[in-house]
Parts: sequence; structure tokens; C-alpha cells
Amino acid sequence: MVTEHSDIEALTPYARSLGIALERWEDGTPVFSIGFSDIIEGRPAHMHGGATGGLLETAGYAVLRAELDRIGRVASLKPINITVQYLAAGRELTSYARGRITKLGRRSANITVEAWQDDPARPIATAVMNVMMVTENQ
Amino acid sequence: MRAKRALSARTMDAPASPPAAKFDPAAATPFFTSRGHAGWLGLQYSDHGDDWVELELPWREDLLGESAQQVLASGPILSLMDMASGLAIWKAMDDFRAIATLDLRVDYVRPARVKASVFGRAQCYRLTRSAAFVRGLAHDGDGDDPVAHIQAVFMKIAVDPRKPHGD
Repeated sequence: MVTEHSDIEALTPYARSLGIALERWEDGTPVFSIGFSDIIEGRPAHMHGGATGGLLETAGYAVLRAELDRIGRVASLKPINITVQYLAAGRELTSYARGRITKLGRRSANITVEAWQDDPARPIATAVMNVMMVTENQ
Repeated sequence: MRAKRALSARTMDAPASPPAAKFDPAAATPFFTSRGHAGWLGLQYSDHGDDWVELELPWREDLLGESAQQVLASGPILSLMDMASGLAIWKAMDDFRAIATLDLRVDYVRPARVKASVFGRAQCYRLTRSAAFVRGLAHDGDGDDPVAHIQAVFMKIAVDPRKPHGD
């Protein structure tokens, strides 16, 4: 069981309750997973697009939190927007997601996230997120 | 072809008599929200028009984003808007056919109020043979003061949706 400090901060009550878990760390980047279950099912035997989006968002915030933690920056994160591209139907399999910070600015960050199931080379969905970072003295 | 005529009838001129509704969002929503992800979220029917549907996402403690702030996470808002978009498309088509989300964009313009239900209103403003275009908003009681705006594109699925790789 991975017990990095940032996984406690990264998992929101929503993510925990949906069944999203921190799977592993890859080069300082958290990889999240979610097993298929009734509560993430949309049309029969397929993942709901909203649950896929929730997984992508969770991985996006977590990679940013991990980086801010690493460089010692304290900020609360506020969503600006997310654009999700659904590339393939999510089947009755475990899904994974990991984010990458494309640009870390002073006030906002741009993050790309990918979600996949059995083959990381064939993502089922990708997302681009812009996140506002608010510090205490702002 | 009947669906097509019904669509062209709901332009600026009000039809003399409304087309026979084949898809009723008020009746259909409990079917979709009795199970699966929508059921888990507790989505409820709120309102609808010819080409739009509004659903309610009741406030719930385990759907919070930042624990320190008593505000809904943005994930449930994605799910709410995805579901409302689907219903709006079926209402606009006046038919229930398998569809899949292709692209969904959410702009979070302000946080939802503490312990407030969030309402998701989606409008299918354009249907083509294979795609459906949707815009919408999420609000926490006042539709003129949204918490989020959305844009989405869905694709109609031609084959049996129960078969894997069906899209």
C-alpha cells in the first residue's frame, strides 16, 4: 500500500466514494485506478462518461498537488475548465488514469490526462484541464 | 421519418397540435436513475422542453470536492451534465437510441453554494444523421446565475450497444 503524503490530500470524498484509488507512482506521477462496478455503469456493461471524467479529473488534480508538494508551494486548487475526449467505450474492466502538467504558471496550470484500460497505448479518454491555484495572500 | 417531421415542426411557428411524444423525459428519467452511475448520484428529473432537459443533483456529503469547503466536486457535475445531455438528445430526436459522448467541455464559472442542489440543464441545439450537438448550464437555484457552462458532442451508435466495441 502506497502511503505518500499527497495521496491523502489528492482523494476527495467524491473520488473515495466512487472507488477511485491510488494505484502506484510512476516517476513522481500518481496513477489512479477504478474497478468496474454498478455505481460507474452507464449504458449496460459500459462505463458512464461522467465516471470516466471524474477519474480523469482526480488524476489531473493529483498530479498538480504532487508537483506543488514537491516544490513546496501551498495553494488551494479551483477548477477553471475541463474538456474530455471520449475515444473508446469503457468496458467492464479496471480503468487507470495519469496526468501530466503541460504548463505550471503562477496562477494557473494546464494539465493533460489520459485514461486507459488493458492497454496504456490505447486510451479510452483524454482530458485537458485548466486549474486555478489560489494562495493565501491573494 | 415521423421523428424528422416532428423536429421540423418545432421551429419558430408553434404547431397546431403537438407531435405525439415518443420520448418523455419525465417518465424516462426514473428508469435511468434507478440504477448504475446516475442512480448512485441520485439524479432526479426537474424539468424539460422540446429540446432540453433539466435534472437535479441533490447535495450529498460524499460528493464533496475539497473536504474543507462544503462544495460539490466537479466530477458529479460532469456526470449530471452528461446525463442531462443524453436525455435532451433523446427528447430532440423523440426517440431512444444508443448514443456515446464524443467530447464534453465544462467551464466552472463559480463554486456551487454550500449544501445546495445543483441543476443541470442541457439543450440539444443541432442533430445530424450521426451527431448531436449540445450546450447547457448548471445552476444552484437561479438559471440566470450558472455555476458552469457546457458544450458537448455525442455520436449515435449504429450497432447493438450491448456488444463490446459497439461504437
